[in-house]
Amino acid sequence: MNPFDIPIQALLGQLLIGLVNGSFYAMLSLGLAVIFGLLGIVNFAHGALYMMGAFGAWILMDRFGLNYWYALLLVPLMIGALGVVIERIFLKRLYKLDPLYGLLLTFGLALIAEGIFRDQYGVSGQSYNVPDALQGATDLGFMVLPNYRAWVVLASLSTCLGTWFVIERTRLGATLRAATENPQMVQAFGINVPVMVMLTYGAGAALAALAGVLAAPVIQVTPLMGSNIIIVVFAVVVIGGMGSILGSVLTGLALGLIEGLTRVIYPEASNIVVFVIMAIVLVLRPAGLFGKEH
Amino acid sequence: MAPAMESVVSIRGLNAWYGESHILHGVDLDVRKGEVVTLLGRNGAGRTTTLRAMMGLTGARTGSINVNGMETIQFAPHRVARLGIGYCPEERGIFASLTAEENLMLPPRLSSSVGGEPVQAMSVAEIYAMFPNLQERAHSPGTRLSGGEQQMLAVARILRTGARLLLLDEISEGLAPVIVQKLAEVILTLKRSGYTILLVEQNFRFAAPLADRFYVMEHGKVVLEFAQAQLPAHMNTLNELLGV
Repeated sequence: MNPFDIPIQALLGQLLIGLVNGSFYAMLSLGLAVIFGLLGIVNFAHGALYMMGAFGAWILMDRFGLNYWYALLLVPLMIGALGVVIERIFLKRLYKLDPLYGLLLTFGLALIAEGIFRDQYGVSGQSYNVPDALQGATDLGFMVLPNYRAWVVLASLSTCLGTWFVIERTRLGATLRAATENPQMVQAFGINVPVMVMLTYGAGAALAALAGVLAAPVIQVTPLMGSNIIIVVFAVVVIGGMGSILGSVLTGLALGLIEGLTRVIYPEASNIVVFVIMAIVLVLRPAGLFGKEH
Repeated sequence: MAPAMESVVSIRGLNAWYGESHILHGVDLDVRKGEVVTLLGRNGAGRTTTLRAMMGLTGARTGSINVNGMETIQFAPHRVARLGIGYCPEERGIFASLTAEENLMLPPRLSSSVGGEPVQAMSVAEIYAMFPNLQERAHSPGTRLSGGEQQMLAVARILRTGARLLLLDEISEGLAPVIVQKLAEVILTLKRSGYTILLVEQNFRFAAPLADRFYVMEHGKVVLEFAQAQLPAHMNTLNELLGV
């Protein structure tokens, strides 16, 4: 297919979907980068936390009649609290061990969570309606923009920007950066680093859950949605390089867009394009585009 | 010398390990209020480990470390720091991902009173008056500063918290004579304002005029203790112990 024959509407439509997916990649890889930085744990449970975020929204609606806006607030808090519990019970025992143990443990937790939700809700998927206030679409003249998708991009970009601001521009963030470098030294200054580590994991979990709530109306809420996205998100993290907040956000968005573009130009490759890019980046810049060589 | 009533730090029978290695073998040491005390000894004698053990940064510890009348042997590092101890490690501990000013602001100020006494912390303006270079370099990444500037930053950082007991590990190491001189002046200024300071020093010439008392360590134990006035009488023994 000649790329110049592609109708502009289809192109923009796919790019928008790419941007929405990219927003989820960005939010998830951001949390992964922060958790890896401070805890040294490759959090394979991140996809499961995202999945539980989406299910949380669906359950609140289905069982308790609480709408989307309540879910947006409550679900990240609940999953964040779950993250704190996971850190206290499991992760804090692993910090002195090889990172492989953290990876295996969180992978196991993800499988357990996925299994429980499969058992309870099956794999066919639940649908979650777009909230009333964000239904419909806006005609921009050159394309029709569904309101909810615009909201997802806006909400996740502001979340990423907010997280970046907190980490790079505030005292709390300075403490977090310092603890990532040398936790012992920070603790010797009177800061309770173990509590900070616990809350960081909770915040990372809450971020994943927030992405899950945002995703609920645009995808099928299924127990497998976590493992579907997490592999791509890890590829995003590898491409962007661990340790750079802005890097992981930009890489997430860019790869979403590239995926969307590929879907228009050569749809067969859209599922693998991220991994092809990952392979190329690994050959040329093993530390990732924004990563620092150690 | 019997431990006086006003001991700020009183260490008895301190043993400390790093993993399997037994480093300290029963250290006894006192630091009284307003004193400058220097720990001398060869490399590997256990001086740095003594400071680290006080902060709770070693592996297992046994014995007693009393700070302001409180037993701290079971304390995690952050609780020790909150008793009003400022620790400046040998490697300086300047953070690369923080600017000089972020490094300076990192340690939280102590709560308004420690051990029943109101905390008087140095203000940022006072610190910049003491170390003008730090103000010029405020927005540079911490590890872009010169060695001397980093050392001043590491000392300044703990002064801002209001800590009155300072543990300073090899602060003169590897620095130009003019900077070593500056640090000596800083120590004297702090001493005059009533700070209590425990120095670990390799540089005997730097430490000799500053300290009220000296401890000499060897093989993880204190082997000699004497006051400033007894320094000339101990020079021969010191030469032997330190190889200076």
